Amino acid sequence: MSTPDPVTPVLTKRWLSPRSWSIQTYEQLEGYTALRKALTATPEQLVQVVKDSGLRGRGGAGFPAGLKWSFMPPNEDKPHYLVINADEGEPGTCKDIPLMMADPHSLIEGCVIASYAMRSHHCFIYVRGEVLHCIRRLNQAVKEAKAAGYLGTNILGSGYDLEITVHAGAGAYICGEETALLDSLEGRRGQPRLKPPFPAAAGLYAAPTTVNNVETIASVPYIINGGSEWFRKMGTEKSPGPKIYSISGHVEKPGQYEAPLGTTLRQLLELAGGMKDGIPLKFWTPGGSSTPMFTAEHLDVPLDFEGAAEAGSMLGTTAVQVFNETVSVPWAVMKWTQFYKHESCGKCTPCREGTYWLTQILERMVDGNGTESDIDTLLDICDNVLGRSFCALGDGAVSPITSGIQYFRDEFLALCEKNRKPALAGASR
Amino acid sequence: MTTSGPGQTYGGSSVGGGPTFQSTVDDSREAAVASMLPEEQTAKLVTEVREDLAVFDGIVEKAREIIARYPQSRSALLPMLHLVQSVQGYVSQAGIQFCARELDLAAAEVSAVATFYTMYKRKPCGEHLVSVCTNTLCAAMGGDAIYKTLREHLGENGKPLGHEETVGTPGERGSITLEHAECLAACDLAPVLQVNYEFYDNQTEESAVELVDALRRGERPAPTRGAPLTDFKDASLQLAGFFDRESDVDGPSAATETLRGAQLANDRGWTAPAMPSNVAFPDLDKK
Repeated sequence: MSTPDPVTPVLTKRWLSPRSWSIQTYEQLEGYTALRKALTATPEQLVQVVKDSGLRGRGGAGFPAGLKWSFMPPNEDKPHYLVINADEGEPGTCKDIPLMMADPHSLIEGCVIASYAMRSHHCFIYVRGEVLHCIRRLNQAVKEAKAAGYLGTNILGSGYDLEITVHAGAGAYICGEETALLDSLEGRRGQPRLKPPFPAAAGLYAAPTTVNNVETIASVPYIINGGSEWFRKMGTEKSPGPKIYSISGHVEKPGQYEAPLGTTLRQLLELAGGMKDGIPLKFWTPGGSSTPMFTAEHLDVPLDFEGAAEAGSMLGTTAVQVFNETVSVPWAVMKWTQFYKHESCGKCTPCREGTYWLTQILERMVDGNGTESDIDTLLDICDNVLGRSFCALGDGAVSPITSGIQYFRDEFLALCEKNRKPALAGASR
Repeated sequence: MTTSGPGQTYGGSSVGGGPTFQSTVDDSREAAVASMLPEEQTAKLVTEVREDLAVFDGIVEKAREIIARYPQSRSALLPMLHLVQSVQGYVSQAGIQFCARELDLAAAEVSAVATFYTMYKRKPCGEHLVSVCTNTLCAAMGGDAIYKTLREHLGENGKPLGHEETVGTPGERGSITLEHAECLAACDLAPVLQVNYEFYDNQTEESAVELVDALRRGERPAPTRGAPLTDFKDASLQLAGFFDRESDVDGPSAATETLRGAQLANDRGWTAPAMPSNVAFPDLDKK
């Protein structure tokens, strides 16, 4: 098998076209051909193609999409729902918003195909509220698709009906957690639910529901057209396909680079013109602040689900935030921890109280009032939050702290230096 | 905002005119005995205050349109709270009661939701809401400095403007509410700020000061990505799903950063592997 090019525009290939967001441009560039094709297949066949492609969830967890779809019951005793998680808010993550702004119809087409595959007749796109322009484009795309017969009743004469509702959130990071998102979509405070039951059994309105990320669903039309073998020509055996890597921070050319899964930071930095002003790399996140940080030692870690995990982190959302030597790790960790404290929904004690205390300790340390024992206290609290919280927010909150201390303990210690007690009276003379 | 004790009518409405449960049993006086608060404040706490909802008469139709989008009416609550903000520039007690009335919920249920989400403001917002991202990456790239500068620049009498505080009078041209925001999903364009949720990318302290000065003068500088600037109330109406100006859709979005990967591939002739044509679906019967 030949090696694919360093950048493989699939999801991003239309972005350079004039008015790429309009249905006219979309249709001129193979838009809605996958839908026509999909409607000739059975729902089971579509689920099988997605399973065969090995497509894994692009929202961070990497769960196999086809398998998730197959959890939906085959009967329609209750209405089925597809909910798109477009609540992009993980610090560093900025791929779904540009995708929906530049090419909203690819998401809409994916929604129709996926809904048909899961026997859903109502799909919701839950998009964070702070991105008005993106919401505008989505609404327009739904309107255009409906007028063209790709949505509504009897889609393209197939007898299949689907409505899509674009729903604007209201500023809560926790709503990116799928069950909190469902509660929010039901008009409640966005707080996570206990699983099981999983959404496929009891999701929106306690009916069978699948929640998928934007990039996952936008990939579906290409898989339908190109087939699972084509999709697997990019990426690795267990993490196939292209992925939008969002590179931000201290690099010469930050931006969105769609490359095969398994691309390394060394390769990405080459694409992004290297470190800004040549100042060396200090630390970086492979996929948002909830994924444990990496250092310059990890330049050659393949950024796919397995590679990132083997190196002690997670692929997350491939939000590559790059920080150079001028940035203090304890300060960065404190800022992230303040974020988690602000966004903790308050439902469970470990996360609510843990993030509160972690923030206070880190603020004290960064202010120069910490002691060495604070480091142990931080790690002890992290230990009581990790795996003991209701949802993944708690786990994410401790990632920057534990990884920050793991790689940069000296920097935390240096903050405590002046508060060190003399070993014995007179000894420091 | 009209607030009133029990038994009064206001705004020509008879809502709240009759005796309430509390005023019938008169537990307010009982509570006052045990309360640390002055009698008047205690009465306010234990007495149901019915607001005049006439201010929302103009959006009743829109509220019902929102409800019709969902299989269950309560799902309409988030967009409806955005709708309420489009009238008053914040979620008032009256706004909460309006949503409760339209959705057949208790005011407490609506209140619990409204106070959970950052975008629902509890005090009247200025003509514009300026949100500065101060999450780690933006902060490291200059976001913290921008926020600090704006606080000082917009503050009065040597007192920096605080989070969610307003300079000028809400409802009047040129008034600005300032806030620090969490990650706004535009990290490749850091540091970013938003005015009424439209993006102003790659900001500096100088450009941010220039921007707020223009807003204070009543001007509306165009966003880097987004539609021509309106005001916070209009943005709220759009968040509720009402878009009056179709041309807004064509506002710019193609930032250099957004297109970098695609452009690079284009320049170098890099592509994804070619798709085979006419790939058949798997034959499930054979499996």
